[in-house]
Amino acid sequence: MSKDNSPVKLWRFHGGVQPPERKALANTTPIRTLPLPKVLYIPLRQHIGMSGSLCVQQGERVLRGQALTEPGVYGGLPIHAPTSGLVGEVVEHPSNHPSQIPEPALTLIPDGEHQAIEFQGLANPTALSSLELIQHLHHAGIAGLGGAGFPTAQKLTLARTIELLIINGVECEPYIVSDDRLMREHAATIIRGVVLLQHILQHQQQAPEAVIAVEDNKPEAVAALTAALGNEHPNIRLQVIPTLYPSGGEKQLIQVLTGKQVPARGYPADLGILMQNVGTAFAIATAIDQGQPLMERVVTLTGEAFQQPGTAWVLLGTPIQHLLECGALEPSAQQRIIVGGPMMGYTVADPRTPIIKTTNCILAPNTVELPAAGAESPCIRCGMCEQVCPASLLPQQLLWLAKAKDHPGLAKHNLADCIECGACAYVCPSEIPLVHYYRKAKAEVREEKIEQQQSEIARLRFEARQERLEREKQERLERHKQAAKAREKALAERAKQAAATPDSTPTAATGKTSADPIQAAIARAKAKRAAQQAQAEPSTNEAAELDPQKARVAAAIARAKAKRAEQQQQAEPSNASAAEPVELDPQKARVAAAVARAKAKRAAMAAESATTDDNNPKPAGDPNKP
Amino acid sequence: MIWFIGIITLAVMALVFGLILGFAAIRFKVESDPLVDQIDEILPQTQCGQCGYPGCRPYAEAIANGEDINKCPPGGEATIQKLADLTGREAKPLDAAHGVEDVKKVAFIREDECIGCMKCIQACPVDAIIGATRQMHTIIADECTGCDLCVEPCPVDCIDMIPVATKTERWRWDLHSIPVTMVNPTEVNPVEVTPAKPHETTPSSTQVKP
Repeated sequence: MSKDNSPVKLWRFHGGVQPPERKALANTTPIRTLPLPKVLYIPLRQHIGMSGSLCVQQGERVLRGQALTEPGVYGGLPIHAPTSGLVGEVVEHPSNHPSQIPEPALTLIPDGEHQAIEFQGLANPTALSSLELIQHLHHAGIAGLGGAGFPTAQKLTLARTIELLIINGVECEPYIVSDDRLMREHAATIIRGVVLLQHILQHQQQAPEAVIAVEDNKPEAVAALTAALGNEHPNIRLQVIPTLYPSGGEKQLIQVLTGKQVPARGYPADLGILMQNVGTAFAIATAIDQGQPLMERVVTLTGEAFQQPGTAWVLLGTPIQHLLECGALEPSAQQRIIVGGPMMGYTVADPRTPIIKTTNCILAPNTVELPAAGAESPCIRCGMCEQVCPASLLPQQLLWLAKAKDHPGLAKHNLADCIECGACAYVCPSEIPLVHYYRKAKAEVREEKIEQQQSEIARLRFEARQERLEREKQERLERHKQAAKAREKALAERAKQAAATPDSTPTAATGKTSADPIQAAIARAKAKRAAQQAQAEPSTNEAAELDPQKARVAAAIARAKAKRAEQQQQAEPSNASAAEPVELDPQKARVAAAVARAKAKRAAMAAESATTDDNNPKPAGDPNKP
Repeated sequence: MIWFIGIITLAVMALVFGLILGFAAIRFKVESDPLVDQIDEILPQTQCGQCGYPGCRPYAEAIANGEDINKCPPGGEATIQKLADLTGREAKPLDAAHGVEDVKKVAFIREDECIGCMKCIQACPVDAIIGATRQMHTIIADECTGCDLCVEPCPVDCIDMIPVATKTERWRWDLHSIPVTMVNPTEVNPVEVTPAKPHETTPSSTQVKP
């Protein structure tokens, strides 16, 4: 079909900015292979969703490509050993996240041999069903390498009828050239990945059309892809789009290519469109054809502070420290290390932070190219932010609402549609870090929602419990009533029998067995006990009726006191008797020890409360007392 | 005669209106006070009883009847503000007599010390503790409201209240807490320097200046 220079209509999204590209810093040298780092910190979770469950032991030697976690009950994405070495322990390691909150990471000490398992590619993937291929991709641990790192298998499973597959090679953010270099050097593998994706997504024997989108500032990548495409793939189109930030955003690129807008809170799949990054297409091809799981990715090392900037294949879990050494960083005072690009990236404070599946760039700028932000000035209502917002939002309005914590107002102004591209903050003459305010506001809205859900659950549970207690109380009362009735009946019968006995006694005494008087005695005793209980019951009921709440509480306290006193009396002898079987059974001994501990504590508490009783009339209700 | 007609007319009218009002009372009956429901929704539902009422709903009822709105420490200032907006009363600072606002905590049972006495289970207002007599008990951390009510009854003091650690998914973009560090490629451990100004570490502020 059509190639890059054929007249195809392109659309424009609202706004956008054109920051200096600075891509020449790193895109002139081929992708390097780095020496092995001394230690790898492999986070168990490197993407959205749950982590898998660990399947290797500490001290075990693993080979490159061996699975370290497997999809557990929650179907998390597995991770694989990027090199051979010894498995260390799982440590809490600073996460590759703006918060740097420690998360569990597996340490792996490379042995330097880089010995791999035997990779088994799928011989004839087009003969397999989509489901089998998707499962294979899941076990290869492939997550989207472009942005948020959504598990690819999940994305493909969720996709409904897809009519258009977009391969995102736009890479619009300044400095970053990972995809650029990958397209230049591995165009054929990327095309192979696209063909496989088309096969997975085919619907009723009909593969979706694929478009590879590349910005016009990457002529070498376009040339490489054109050469690799040849004339063999009529269903794959290469589309060059004008350079404009952020046209690499999912929603923006869809608008540029199709003119359609993804609905708010919707997905591209709603429009029959699926988007994958070129890096993901490459990983899919290597996973299916060569059987290699996702173990490394291309990372751009750039910024003036690097003496040897460029791109490199980096093993997942490599500490950033190692990359700084490999790129010969010459740090200036207060050197910033940014993960990602200058527009959307975040500063990391700890150089031990590992590279994960979603890390595409390490930027170490000097203070001339990226000066530290100046002081924030008040908003002058110039409206420039509104003109560049690619999501057609009103950034000023959002700023004020975010400062006022007006969450309903933020929702009305569609804060959730903000893609955090940073275009508004880039043009702001007052140097207001607008995106920071939006991120904070988004987090607050999210927290509020979670808290509300949790309190709703707590309320339901509390009410269910109250209902249960009430029901149990009613049942208990009912049982007591029935028992009392039964006793009354038995008593009445007994009385009737007693009235009848004078006549039958002589015959029974002579005619029946000797067991009869014993039974009669037992029955008498029972009747007596029943009568006593029946007497006791109404008396407590009466007391309860006089002042139900107080009387019940008083009765409960009295009962508890009596019980405790009894237990304290018993404590000594039971302790002594418990001492005997101690040596017989260690299990029982532990139980006995626990009991003894509890009793000792309780005795101590009782003693304490007894002493405080003199000073304080009601110490039991004091919540501050330990 | 005329006054007799007047009495009859008024009596008939009274009957008619009485019937209408009676019908309306049944037809448009409100099950419970809607204000109580609204207040109950704002309260944090920890059911901790720190306000002096046995649960959040009783306190909501009390507020509807004129009780102070500043007796809920788990809700803190935010809840007081919302209650003030709803009830039209003045927002007061939290009444320290009922406790102070604290970070969210959940209970944790040191399981090897638990003797299985069931006392904490009876105390838990949201049934977040599982266990049986003489069996180890444990807490469903996701359901625990951090109300503290299980700590007091434990005879062996094996329940701790542990602050909930922030996860990356629920981080509040609090960049103030991140110290700026000097990166030295020859040194593994970063050297901490003075804390940054609020937005110096802000990612979006790292703009390319032409």
